[in-house]
Amino acid sequence: MTPEFSRNHFELLGLPVSYALDAAALERAYRDLQGRVHPDRFASASEAERRVAMQWAARANEAYRTLRNPVDRARYLLGLKGFDTGEESNTAMPPDFLLQQMEWREAVAQGRADRDEAALEGLRREIHAERGEMQSLLARALGGERNYDAGCSLVRKLRFLDKIEAEIDDALEAMAEGAHGHAMVKGRS
Amino acid sequence: MSLLQISEPGESPEPHQRRLAVGIDLGTTHSLVATVRSSSAECLPDAEGRVLLPSIVHYGAGGEAEVGYGAQARAADDPANTVVSVKRFMGRGVADVAKYGALPYRFVDAPGMVAIETAAGLRSPVQVSADILKALRVRAEESLGGELHGAVVTVPAYFDDSQRQATKDAARLAGLNVLRLLNEPTAAAIAYGLDNASEGTFAIFDLGGGTFDISILRLTRGVFEVLATNGDSALGGDDFDQAIAMHWRVTHGLADASGRDTRRLLAAARQVKERLTTQESADAQVTLTWGQQLHLGLTRREFVEISAPLVQRTLGPTRKALRDAKLAVSQVDGVVLVGGATRMPHLQRAVAQFFGREPLVNLDPEQVVALGAAIQANALAGNRAPGDDWLLLDVIPLSLGLETMGGLVEKVIPRNSTIPVARAQEFTTFKDGQTAMAIHVVQGERELVSDCRSLARFELRGIPPMVAGAARIAVTFQVDADGLLSVSAREKTTGVASSVVVKPSYGLTDDEVATMLRAGFEHAQADRDARALAEQRVEAEGLAAALRAALEQDGDLLSGEERAALEAGIASLDAARRGTDHRGLKAAVESLNRASESFAARRMDRSVSRALAGRRLDEVPTK
Repeated sequence: MTPEFSRNHFELLGLPVSYALDAAALERAYRDLQGRVHPDRFASASEAERRVAMQWAARANEAYRTLRNPVDRARYLLGLKGFDTGEESNTAMPPDFLLQQMEWREAVAQGRADRDEAALEGLRREIHAERGEMQSLLARALGGERNYDAGCSLVRKLRFLDKIEAEIDDALEAMAEGAHGHAMVKGRS
Repeated sequence: MSLLQISEPGESPEPHQRRLAVGIDLGTTHSLVATVRSSSAECLPDAEGRVLLPSIVHYGAGGEAEVGYGAQARAADDPANTVVSVKRFMGRGVADVAKYGALPYRFVDAPGMVAIETAAGLRSPVQVSADILKALRVRAEESLGGELHGAVVTVPAYFDDSQRQATKDAARLAGLNVLRLLNEPTAAAIAYGLDNASEGTFAIFDLGGGTFDISILRLTRGVFEVLATNGDSALGGDDFDQAIAMHWRVTHGLADASGRDTRRLLAAARQVKERLTTQESADAQVTLTWGQQLHLGLTRREFVEISAPLVQRTLGPTRKALRDAKLAVSQVDGVVLVGGATRMPHLQRAVAQFFGREPLVNLDPEQVVALGAAIQANALAGNRAPGDDWLLLDVIPLSLGLETMGGLVEKVIPRNSTIPVARAQEFTTFKDGQTAMAIHVVQGERELVSDCRSLARFELRGIPPMVAGAARIAVTFQVDADGLLSVSAREKTTGVASSVVVKPSYGLTDDEVATMLRAGFEHAQADRDARALAEQRVEAEGLAAALRAALEQDGDLLSGEERAALEAGIASLDAARRGTDHRGLKAAVESLNRASESFAARRMDRSVSRALAGRRLDEVPTK
C-alpha cells in the first residue's frame, strides 16, 4: 500500500511554506528525516517496513531536490498557491526577452563554431549574473509582493536560462573532449 | 530487534545476538570477503592465508567447478573452459562482448545475456559469478563459524540496471541474503571516511580489472552523500593487458594466435604490467602452442605510450562527474585511488595532474572496497555500535526513461538522482479508441532509443476506448536503495493498472532460482528442506518479535479489530513455526507481512511527526 502523504514538501521537512529558505536548515531537516526513514535503517526489518521506508525515503529525496533548487521551489510553491507556471504550454515571453534569447543562442552557436572557450565562459558569467537578478525578483514576487503571475513569468524565463546554460556546458565539454584528443580512440582492436 | 532501532538508532544488540554479515567485493580479476570483528573491518583469508580469490572458474567435464587459484592454473592449458573476468559479461549480449576483442570462449547468444559453452555445459555469467560468490560464502562461514545472516555485494557505480540485476541474481543463486548492492567507490569512501573521520568533498577514482568508476562524494557529520558518479563499465586493468598483448602481436607477427596462445600472451602481459610498477623495463618468456619460444619485453616508456589512450579514457567521465556535481577541480579536498589498476605509476601521475594534488593511497586499493562493504553489512544487519550512526545517500549512474513516438527517449529519472527515488510521468494515447499502450523502458543518456540500453517492455491493456489524447496514463518509475528499477503504469481516469519489476529478459524469477538451487548437487533433498525450514523459522521468529514490540509501542494506532487481526496473524505464524512445512511457514510470513503494511506505514508516520514536533520545540529560542 502507499502511505498517505498529506504533507507538502515544506511540511514534510518541518519548514515554513515560503520561498525564502534557510539552506542550512533545509539540509539539516532533510538529513534528520532520512536518518529516520532511510531503508538502510530497516535493512533487517520486515518486508512491509522496508517497503514503507523506501517510499518515505523517495518522498524525502523528492522534497529535498525540489526545495533545494530555487526555480523548482518557486514552481512548486506556485503550484501550492494554485498557479501553473505553464512552461510546456505557455511560451509567451515579453518581446525584449525573446530578443535577448535569440542573441544568446546566436552567441552560443558562434562560440561553438569558433571553438572560442573564452567567449563561452564570458557568456556563462553573463547568464549567471542574469539568473541572480531574476532570482531576487522572484524572491520579491513570491515574498512580500505576492505577485504570483510575475512569479510564473520569472520561472519560465529562468527555465530558459537553465537550457541555454546547459547548451554552453555541452559546447565547452565537447571542446574539452576534443582538446584531449583522441580520448575516444579505442584501446583495442 | 530491528523495529526498536527506529526509536533508538545506534542501539547495539547484545553480543550473542550479533548477526554474521559480510561485505563481498565481486571483482573482475579478484574477489574478496570481509567482515567486522571487534569493531574493525578485516578481509577473511583462505586456508593458505591469501585474501584475494582470483575471479576465475574452471569447469570440468564431470560438471565440477573449481574457483580461484586452482582455476587460474588451468587458464593457460584449458582456456575455453576457464572463465576469466566474467564480470565483463554480466548483463551483456553477444554484440557487447564482441567489443572485448579476441576471447577464447565459445559464446552462445542467449536472450539478453551471453552464455558460455563449457565442458560442464552451458554457463551463464550469473552462474559463473554465483560459483565465485559461493566460494566466498563458504570461506566466510567456515571462518566465522556459522551461517551468514546476509551480505553486502559491491557493484561498479556505473553498472546499469541489467548488470545490477544480474549481480543480485548471482548472489541469490549462491545462497546469500543480499542486504544491499553497494557501489564500489562508495564502499571505498565508507572505509576511508570512517577510518580517518574525514570531512569534505572527495573524488573516488576506481579503476578495477574491468570497470572504471569516478564518484564525487561529500562527507559531513556522518553523512556520505554521493553528488555524482560516472564511469565506463568496459574499461579496466584488463584493457592494459590487452594493449600490451596487442603490441606484441603486432611486433612479433602473431595476428592469428589461437585461444590458448591468447591466454598465454595475456598472462605474460599482466606479469610485465605489474613488474613495470616498480621497474623501468620487464620481460617474459612465452612458449606458443606450436612450440615456438618467444622472448617478450616492454619498457615503461613503451607501456606509457601504448596505454595513453586508455588513461585518457578515464578523464572524460571524471570531467563529466565534476560537472554534474557542479564542482571545479579546485573544490575537491581529496582524491582516493581504488582498484589494483591504480597502482600503475603513469595512471597515478595522470590523476595527480588532473586534480592538481597527490592522490591518497593509505588503504590497500585492492581491499578497501570489501572493507567498506563489510562496514555497511555490519550496520545493515543491525550490529551498529552506539554512536555509530552514519548514513549513506547514493545515486543512480544513468538516466532512466521511456520510448516515445519516433524512437525518442523521454527521461523520467535523470542520472545522479539520489536513491531511493520514485517519479511519475503522464502519457496519453495517440489514436482514437486505442486500448493498449506499449511501454519500453530504457537506460542511458542518449536521445535515441537505439543508442540506449533496453531494460524491459510491457503493455498496459484494457484502456477503455477514448478519443486520442483523452486517456491519462501515469507511468511510475521506482528505484530502490540497491539501484534497481520497477515500473508501473496506470490509466488515471479508470484505474486500469499494470506493473512490472524491471527484469532484463534473462532475469531469473524466484522459481528459476529455486530450481537452479535444487539442481545443485550440494545437498540432498532432505538437507535442503531442513535448511529452508530453518531459514523460514528465523524469518518468522524475527517478524513475530518485531510485530509484538511494535504493538507494545504503537498499538494505539490500531482499532480493536485491526489489533485483533494482527494478533491472530502472529498466533497462526507461531503455530506454523512449530510445524515442519517450510512452504506453509513461508506463506504465513508473507501473509502477516501484507497484513501489517498499513500498521508499518502509520508507525513511520508517527515517527516522522514526532521528530518534526520535537524539532519545532528545539528551535524555539531559549532566551
